[in-house]
Order: sequence, then structure tokens, then C-alpha cells
Amino acid sequence: MKQNGILKDIAQALLQGVWFVFLLFPLLVMKVSVVGGVASVTFRWTNIPLVFVAAVGGSLLWRWALRWNEQKGARDPENSLGVRIQNGVSAFLKQNRLARVVLPLLLIGALLAYPLVSGMYHTNVMISALIYVILALGLNIVVGLGGLLNLGYAAFFAVGAYTYGLLWKHTGPWLAQVGIDPSWLFWISLPFAGLVALLFGVLLSLPVLRLRGDYLAIITLAFGEIFRMVLQNSGDITGGATGISLIPRPWFFGVKLTPHMAAIYIYYITLSLVVFTIFVVRRIENSRVGRALEAMREDEIACEAMGIDLVKNKLITFALGAFWAGVAGVLLAAQTTYINPDSFTLWESIMVLMAVVIGGTGSIPGVIAGTLVLKLLPEYFRALAQYRMLLYGVAMIIVILFKSDGLIPRRRTEYRLEQEGSTSPEGHL
Amino acid sequence: MEYFLKLLLSGTTKGSIYALIALGYTMVYGVIQLINFAHGEIYMIGGFTALIFGGFLYSMGLPAPVVLLISVILAIVYAASFGFTIERIAYRPLRNKPRLSALISAIGISIVLQNFVLLAQTEKYLAYPSYLPDLPFLQPVKQYINATQFIILIVTALIMVFLTMLIKYTRIGKAMRATAQDKDMAQLVGVNINQVISITFIIGSSLAAIGGVLICSYMGQINYYIGFIAGIKAFVAAVLGGIGSIPGAVLGSFVLGWTESFGTGYLSSDYEDAFALLILVLILTVKPEGLLGKNQKQKV
Repeated sequence: MKQNGILKDIAQALLQGVWFVFLLFPLLVMKVSVVGGVASVTFRWTNIPLVFVAAVGGSLLWRWALRWNEQKGARDPENSLGVRIQNGVSAFLKQNRLARVVLPLLLIGALLAYPLVSGMYHTNVMISALIYVILALGLNIVVGLGGLLNLGYAAFFAVGAYTYGLLWKHTGPWLAQVGIDPSWLFWISLPFAGLVALLFGVLLSLPVLRLRGDYLAIITLAFGEIFRMVLQNSGDITGGATGISLIPRPWFFGVKLTPHMAAIYIYYITLSLVVFTIFVVRRIENSRVGRALEAMREDEIACEAMGIDLVKNKLITFALGAFWAGVAGVLLAAQTTYINPDSFTLWESIMVLMAVVIGGTGSIPGVIAGTLVLKLLPEYFRALAQYRMLLYGVAMIIVILFKSDGLIPRRRTEYRLEQEGSTSPEGHL
Repeated sequence: MEYFLKLLLSGTTKGSIYALIALGYTMVYGVIQLINFAHGEIYMIGGFTALIFGGFLYSMGLPAPVVLLISVILAIVYAASFGFTIERIAYRPLRNKPRLSALISAIGISIVLQNFVLLAQTEKYLAYPSYLPDLPFLQPVKQYINATQFIILIVTALIMVFLTMLIKYTRIGKAMRATAQDKDMAQLVGVNINQVISITFIIGSSLAAIGGVLICSYMGQINYYIGFIAGIKAFVAAVLGGIGSIPGAVLGSFVLGWTESFGTGYLSSDYEDAFALLILVLILTVKPEGLLGKNQKQKV
């Protein structure tokens, strides 16, 4: 029986090998080139056996992986590897007082020491990743809590970056003349850009309040792209396609920092903002507003019937999400010292959305993990040169097929009635 | 007036092109409520396949009309096969999972296909030889409309009629409508929904392939990346008309084509894409379910 099953698998895999040879034949075997308006084709026959072997092997692995995944699904979900590890760790922490103190300290230590032990390149990579963590946490409020699909998120990111960039561009030279260091503007821009982005979020969400689901997704996409085109085409104010360059790095008590020191400094600023974001987002999640947002995600009509103001809720969702994007934008401008509209394309919005979904929509540790994976993997894939993006796509599909709830799925907060009769929230993340 | 006519016709051509891609988008969406981000890539692959086979057959010395016919048929076959395979690998396992997961999977497929074509073929823009015949009877009006535009218009009209008939009057069309309305109920009354979904993908991808060949002939070039932008435009057109509705997709595409054409012609050419998106925002603000979308009652 068992042997029969394997034979059947192999037969199926061979068949699929033939199918893939057929499917990929024109693109992989025939190479087209056009000279003087006439197309000609050269054949690369050696690719056929390669495709066949790869397809058969891949198909077998795929089949077994799917079966394994199904069996895993049939088992108790509380028994899966991820949950067991989580439970194991929390049990270990509960029992072992020392570990409870030492482990977080180790983590904090590692995070603090990272820029000092790694080079400037790795520090910069990590800063970009952390900026994306802030972005993703912000988008997680919109998508994960509110359930509103936003494909124009990069626009708010751009609002933040451009607030700092323009503020510097238009007042910097004047400040320098008066004798004030313009890098002060970074600290003013940080909250200010957040507020400007928030304002934009509210303004843009006004016309879309009636829309649902995919209509909302497409209209946010439209807003994002329109905003980028406006940035690109209003050259006198925003610098047009060339953008704004030589944006100052943040002020550090009047000390002129070397680029390396500045990178370390920005790393610490970003890291503390990430911590602040996590703190705020967690507070939101457990608040009355957070619960209302989740109710809206689950069912808008039922939610409205329960007396929750949908309009107010949607505005809050967009505003909160936009705020963090604005803050992240300032950090981006300060880190790269150069911004142009190409940094805020639709692709950027899609990347952040992918980070949220692959990490686990709604789950804070998940979103952080997802962002780090998505932003750091391509850096380490660089050795694979031109195959990088191909493998990246494949990896994404595999993750989403096998962990469709994300890497660290969200565990709902459970509220239990305690024996004394008083309700108290018993939170699991 | 002449300028106006010219813009109108170029807008109509653009609209028909968008319609060919938007139809596939809207059909897939109608049946499984998935924004198939990889649809644009299927269209790109259709264009490439026709270019490859066309080049090969032409170098064998076949006459242009025969080359055109065979390469279009092969492009359709391959695009349909790609569509079928993608649905089996990347969408079917996620059918009962959160909707965002399938969207991410579609984006993943889109990245994979783009980079696959980039690696297997080329990263450069290739000139696209046109095998479309020159129509002599268009000679008197050739400053308004050329042969390629004429063929695009005719083909779109034919496909539109064919699709409407297919969905209204055939058995499979009925099965598609049933699946779109309620998958579980359709299954209960004996519709094989897996088969219906596969067929939807095959039809949608075939249309994309035809679109690919026509558009590349019209634009005169192809590249691995053309699918992304065309896909977004088609998605916008489909939503504009009311996603899931076939006449809606066509109407939306024409509105989009005209807006772009008149916007660039009379206002400013810097904002070509912005006009299209602006009209989308305006229409959705007034009519949130799109031009011809059904305003479904929401229930708890």
C-alpha cells in the first residue's frame, strides 16, 4: 500500500515533469533576439533535461510537503511546533526567574551592541529594516486591526520624508545664514511630519469612507500614485524627479559626526522609535478604540449595530497608520540624506503589505519578524546575484502556502470571567 | 475637430487594449474574489511567446498571415497553460484561507514570472515585429486609424460578444455564474467548482494572450516588465466599471482610455496616469460600487 503510494507519486511527478517541459519550452529553450525588426530564435536544448529533472524533483518534494502540511493541520493546532515553542519558552520563563531577567537583557544588549560590532554597511541595512518595522507596525493598525486594505501607504511615507526634506530645503539656507545648525530641523520634523501625515490620512480617508474591501484597496492605490506623480511633476517646489539631496543628518549637540558615527546615532534613534511604536501599538490594541477597530474588521454592519461609529473608527485607523508612516519617512530622509519620488512607488506599499501578511496580520511580533525577513533576506541573497528576485518570489509563495496565517500568527486576546466574578483581561499576545 | 477625432480614436484603441486584459481580471475576480496580480504577467508571457514562435516560423520562410495565426494560437495555448498551472499551484491551496494570503501569493507569482522571463530571455526592450496585415481599404482614413488599431477594435468587439454569449447561454457560463454567486451552493447542486475555476483562468489567460500580441504589435516593443503597469491599469479599469461585471470591465476600460487620451491631448502629458486615477477616485466617490457594479445588500 505504502509502496504503491510512492510509485503513484513518482508517476505523477514524471507526468508533471513532462508538463513543465512543455510549459517552459518556448521561454526557456528558445531565446529570441530582434535585429533590425526581424526576430530570430536560437535553441538551448541543454535546458530540457535540466527543467525535467528539476520539475520532477520539485514536484515530489512539493507533494510530500503539502501532505505533511495537511497532516499537521489535522493535528491539534495547539500542538504545532510554533505554539509548542512559544509555550515552552513562556513556561521556562515562568519557572526560571534568572532567565526571565537575563534573556531580555541579552536581547537588549545584542540590539544595542549591533552597530558597534558590525560595520557601517550592516548598520545601514539594519536601519532600513527598522524603518520598515515602524512602517509595517503602522500599516498593521490599518490592515491588521481595522481590516482596511491600503495599497497607497507609501504616500504617507513620502509625506513624512518630504516634510523634513522641504522644511530643510526652504528654511535650511536661511537658518545657516543666521548661524543656526539646520540639522535641528530633524527633531522638529519628527513629530511634525507625523502630524502632517496624519492630516493627510484624515483628508484622504474622507472620500473613501463609503468604500469596502477591494474598492478601498484600489482607491488608496490611486491616491498613492497620484501623490507620487504630483511630487514628480511639481519640480519648483519638490525638486521633481531628481528629488532633494544633501538633507542633513540629525543634530547631535552641535557635534559634527562622521558618516559612520551618524549611522550609529541614527540606528539608536530608530531603535528607540521602534520600541516606542511597539509600546503605543500594544496600548492601542488593548484599548477601547483597538477593540472597536477589530470589531469593524470582523463585521462592519454588526459593528455598527453595536453602536460603534464606523466613520470615526475608519478615520482613526487611517490617521494612526499614516502617523507612523510619516515618522518613518523622516528617518528615511535622515538616513539616506537623499529623497526622490522613486522611493515611494506602489511597489514600496506592496512590500510593506507583504511584510505584514507574511509575518502574521495583526500580530506585533509577527509583523516585526516578517519585516526583518523581507528586508534582510534580499541583502543576504545578494551572493545569488541575478537569481535573487526569482528566489525571493519563490520563498514568498512557499511561506504563504505553508503558513498562510503568517510566520507568527496572531493569538487573540482571551477574556475570562474570574472566579470572584470580576472580569479581567488575561492577555496572550 | 480633426484633433478631437484623433484623440477619440486613440482613446478607443487604448480602451480596447485595457478591456482585453481587464476582462480576464474581472472574470477571475467574479468567480473567486481574487485580485489576480499575476494576470499582467500572463499577458506579457503571451506577447513573448508569440514573438518567439513568430520569429522562429518567419525564419522558416512561412508567409506573414500564417505566421501570425500560428503564433497567436500558440501564445493562447501557452498563456492558458500558465494560467491553469498558476491557479493549481498558488491559488487553489489558499482558497479557504484569509483573502490577503492569496493576494500575497499572486504578488509572489508575479515577481517569479517577471524574473523568470528576465533570466530566460532578456532584460532589454525588444522591438516587436508586427505581422498584422496592412488593410488597403483603410487608406482614405489612415491619418485617423491604422490597420493595427482597426484590428484591435474588431477583435475586442468580437471577444466581448463571444464572452457575453458564453456566460449567458452556455452550460459552463451558467456554472460560472453559479460559482460566482455562491460556491457552496453551486457545489451542492452538482457544479464542479474546481473545473469551473480552472476554465475561468484558462479563458481569462487566453484573452490576456490575445491582448498581449495586439498591444505589443501596437506599441512596437516588449519587455519583461510591461505586465505590471498594464495589469494595474486593467485592474483600475475593472474596478471603475464595477469589478466582476463583464460589460463593466469594457465600459471602465473605455472610460480609462478616453480619459488618458483627452487628458494628455488637451491638458498636460506629464500627468497621463494621474488623469486615469483621478477619474477613478471621482467615480468611486459618487458611485462606490463602480459604474455597472451590482450594489449588493450587505448582511451580517
